[in-house]
Amino acid sequence: MTQHEWPLWEVFIRSKQGLDHKHVGSLHAADAAMAIQNARDVYTRRMEGISIWVVESKHVHASNPDDAAAFFDPANDKVYRHPTFYEVPDAIKHM
Amino acid sequence: METLELTQEEQFQARIDADVRIEPKDWMPDAYRKTLIRQISQHAHSELVGMLPEGNWITRAPSLKRKSILLSKVQDEAGHGLYLYSAAETLGASRDQMLADLHSGKAKYSSIFNYPTLSWADMGTVGWLVDGAAILNQVPLCRTSYGPYARAMVRVCKEESFHQRQGFEIMQTLCEGAPEQKAMAQEALNRWWWPTLMMFGPKDADSPNTAQSMNWRIKRFTNDELRQKFVDMMVPQAEFLGLTVPDPNLKWNEAKSGYDFGEVDWEEFWNVVKGNGMCNKDRLGARVKAHEEGAWVREAALAHAAKRKQRTEQAEAVQQVA
Repeated sequence: MTQHEWPLWEVFIRSKQGLDHKHVGSLHAADAAMAIQNARDVYTRRMEGISIWVVESKHVHASNPDDAAAFFDPANDKVYRHPTFYEVPDAIKHM
Repeated sequence: METLELTQEEQFQARIDADVRIEPKDWMPDAYRKTLIRQISQHAHSELVGMLPEGNWITRAPSLKRKSILLSKVQDEAGHGLYLYSAAETLGASRDQMLADLHSGKAKYSSIFNYPTLSWADMGTVGWLVDGAAILNQVPLCRTSYGPYARAMVRVCKEESFHQRQGFEIMQTLCEGAPEQKAMAQEALNRWWWPTLMMFGPKDADSPNTAQSMNWRIKRFTNDELRQKFVDMMVPQAEFLGLTVPDPNLKWNEAKSGYDFGEVDWEEFWNVVKGNGMCNKDRLGARVKAHEEGAWVREAALAHAAKRKQRTEQAEAVQQVA
């Protein structure tokens, strides 16, 4: 008998209509249908969700944490991208 | 016994009426889907074409600070286009098809971008006035009935607020500067005021789609309502700057606690919509040129990805043998 570990799946839940699916955790399952069912049983036992996405973990590509400093550096010195950089006179409403 | 069974369409409308967002996999009437694809893709096209009038001034910005800010703003607009195209794709629209429709002239984008940006004060006016109008349009869209569109608009609105402020700051700097600078600001306002009022679209009486869009809660306010809000918001700001709004009929109306204002030149509006504005050909030409000249980059990226994949596979094969 061959022994295979079930693949790992990342689970995303939409808590209510109109909101994004949010990553909530992961689980093992033999296929996508089973992953969705298991995700329902594990992650929505208290009505936490109305929609589930599962993605096999091996399909998730992530940025390298070791490179994070250099990778995100370009946004570091651009304070002018924030509205608070600009002074709005007190007399000006609606801006 | 009489059974009360709702049709799919009635169920759909009931959800809309209860302010429940519609999500991509939910059933929706074909016309709702089509209306959204048209509106969202037009919105995306506007962001994309909207980069051109401002891109025009990046190399001529009066200081490094202004250049950095303008560059950031144009980058944001590219990003906004992306959010919106992605939202349209959740409805089954294809990105290539949407771009093809823009480039062939079949799809529309906001007419405001068919006006030229002639002086540095135009960068102030576009940020303050045009983005101000865009924000008024866009804030209610954060609560539009289609989930992915609403969520895209939340991001857009967050980023948009710096756009308007930097525009106002340019105007304020010019208005507090030399008389020539102030005159430049006034001249820019004179040219942009009426086209900006046109951004809200035709009068309600001439906007046959408004009722259905309101009913589906895609739109939350009518064109005329938003136009009125805009005038009421902007006139005091122009006064603060010491600028004159170029409308002899502009007058405070105490009874409606809002301004009465003159009639937009609708002939000009329709003329620009039909493609005969000052810059329609330039803008579309620049868009098509950028797309065509970028073709080799898109091809090279695919070739590079294929090569990289092949290399990884070869390395894995070698490892397995070893």
